[in-house]
Amino acid sequence: MNHYEQLVPLHAQSRPVVMDADSGRRDYIVTRALSMHYGERQVLRDISLQVAAGRITALIGPSGVGKSSLLACVNRLTDMLPGAHVNGELRVGGVDASHAATDVIALRRRVGMIFQKPNPFPLSIWNNLAFPLREHGVRAKSQLTEAITTALQEVGLWGEVKDRLHAAALSLSGGQQQRLCMARALALQPEALLMDEPCSALDPIAVGVVEELIARLRGRYTMLIVTHNLAQARRLADDVALLWPRDGAGELVEQGPAAHLFDSPRAAVTAAYLRSERI
Amino acid sequence: MVRAAQRNPSANSVSDRIAGKSLTLAALLVAALILWVVVDVLWQGAGRLSWEFVTTAPSDVGRAGGIAPMLVATMLILAVCLAAATPMAIATAIWLAEFAAAGRALRLSLDVLAGMPSIVFGLFGYVFFVHMLGLGFSILAGGLTLACMVLPVVTRACEESLRALPDGYRLGCAALGVSRAATLWRLQLPAAMPGLAVGIVLGIGRALAETAALLYTSGYVDRMPTSFSDSGRALSIHIFDMSMNVPGGDRGAYGTALVLLVMLIGINAVVFAISTWWSETRLEQA
Ligand SMILES: Nc1ncnc2c1ncn2[C@@H]1O[C@H](COP(=O)(O)OP(=O)(O)O)[C@@H](O)[C@H]1O
Ligand SMILES: [Mg+2]
Repeated sequence: MNHYEQLVPLHAQSRPVVMDADSGRRDYIVTRALSMHYGERQVLRDISLQVAAGRITALIGPSGVGKSSLLACVNRLTDMLPGAHVNGELRVGGVDASHAATDVIALRRRVGMIFQKPNPFPLSIWNNLAFPLREHGVRAKSQLTEAITTALQEVGLWGEVKDRLHAAALSLSGGQQQRLCMARALALQPEALLMDEPCSALDPIAVGVVEELIARLRGRYTMLIVTHNLAQARRLADDVALLWPRDGAGELVEQGPAAHLFDSPRAAVTAAYLRSERI
Repeated sequence: MVRAAQRNPSANSVSDRIAGKSLTLAALLVAALILWVVVDVLWQGAGRLSWEFVTTAPSDVGRAGGIAPMLVATMLILAVCLAAATPMAIATAIWLAEFAAAGRALRLSLDVLAGMPSIVFGLFGYVFFVHMLGLGFSILAGGLTLACMVLPVVTRACEESLRALPDGYRLGCAALGVSRAATLWRLQLPAAMPGLAVGIVLGIGRALAETAALLYTSGYVDRMPTSFSDSGRALSIHIFDMSMNVPGGDRGAYGTALVLLVMLIGINAVVFAISTWWSETRLEQA
């Protein structure tokens, strides 16, 4: 018995994942000729990104190139950013997600997001997970308990917090807060996770814990992770996509399996970028 | 170099100490001033204070008897003012903070209105509520006039407290597929409640202190009001009247001022208690 039967039913077309005719690879997130502006200013140009289902794709590139903005396009958080305009095609889980009429609530339930700075709500640990679950229709106490316990176990936080579920989430350490935010997203049983430099605000030990967790979730969720840390990208990523600025806007210069991209980059800027970061 | 390095810390600490001392002095001065006012009101007013004073009607144009009608009128005027101003202020603040990036014009006009002399609001209330809407000199007209007066202040304070919330709440909720209404109602408003309460308390302070705007909207009849359409004399007007127009009315004025002070403190305490309680239970059940 699945405790999500009471959730907003997902779009019927959402289950099948796109099949790429050439490689047989299944892509969960696909953008085609996507561009984005903040007001008059273009920040992303002609992005055609493919994020393979069940794999970890690292999105790398210099600071300010538009990595966070690209993530915000995928779950349509751009709708909430003043002045942001997006053009082009976006498909998520085989469903067109680029229209004004797209059900963004359902989209965001399927595509969770982890922010750079842990953002637990000013609620108890329990309610940080219960609040969004309730908003998605999970109301019975037994179902909440099951979903919350499972999610906290999944991120390895259960043992640390099971005796103080009603303590304030803000009393947790930074690393615990970030894992709580991951549990909060996972409790909604998403299909994909977007992570925006999820470790950059954490201390080295917490970084290790969160990286391990991300590696453990491999295969269960489609993950797109922004990182400016190439070593982290090497450790975690199956695929890598590199954004590079040209005329002030980010362009996707190269994407592919991590091993190929790191060892024999095709684009000159990729090679230069990798070399500069290694020094 | 060495000597300079040795001298500097002590030079710093001397200027630090002077700066610290003068700041302390300034703070003490302000505290003393406030204390003086409170002690003066207590000293002069306490003698007049009694159960009878707050429960009976005045006699001999206020020299004897109590202030029961003014107390009731003041509470009714404040009730009308808050009932009208609070929901509108909070709604406008939400709109300004959440939906209107381009609300500059409204924000600017609110700031101008907030700085407007109260007598102007009184004149507006007299023309609009008393005459055009035909409310006459009444508690309703006075309360609505005060509502207009405090609306800008309360709105801006509420807006600021909503804006002060971390963006992570808004975006975090959106990213979890939580609707904007639920985000506002379950998270943002409860979290901003302490700030909203400060805004409301600011409004209450201004409303209770107001005299000029009430003179020609709610009037100054010192009878016990029996409905919202009755005229009623606010405590502030009573204080003014007793000290300016009634020879030998000073003691009564001080007694009334003391009641007003206690009322202000009491109401504010209640507002903070309610807001804390609401915020906590709301966040608990989010
Ligand atoms: N809300 C916004 N409004 C206007 N410009 C923005 C906004 N957010 C980001 N930008 C600009 O867009 C560019 C890309 O930003 P961002 O996506 O955060 O880059 P990255 O995550 O790669 O560092 C930056 O130059 C930044 O200044
Ligand atoms: Mg970024």
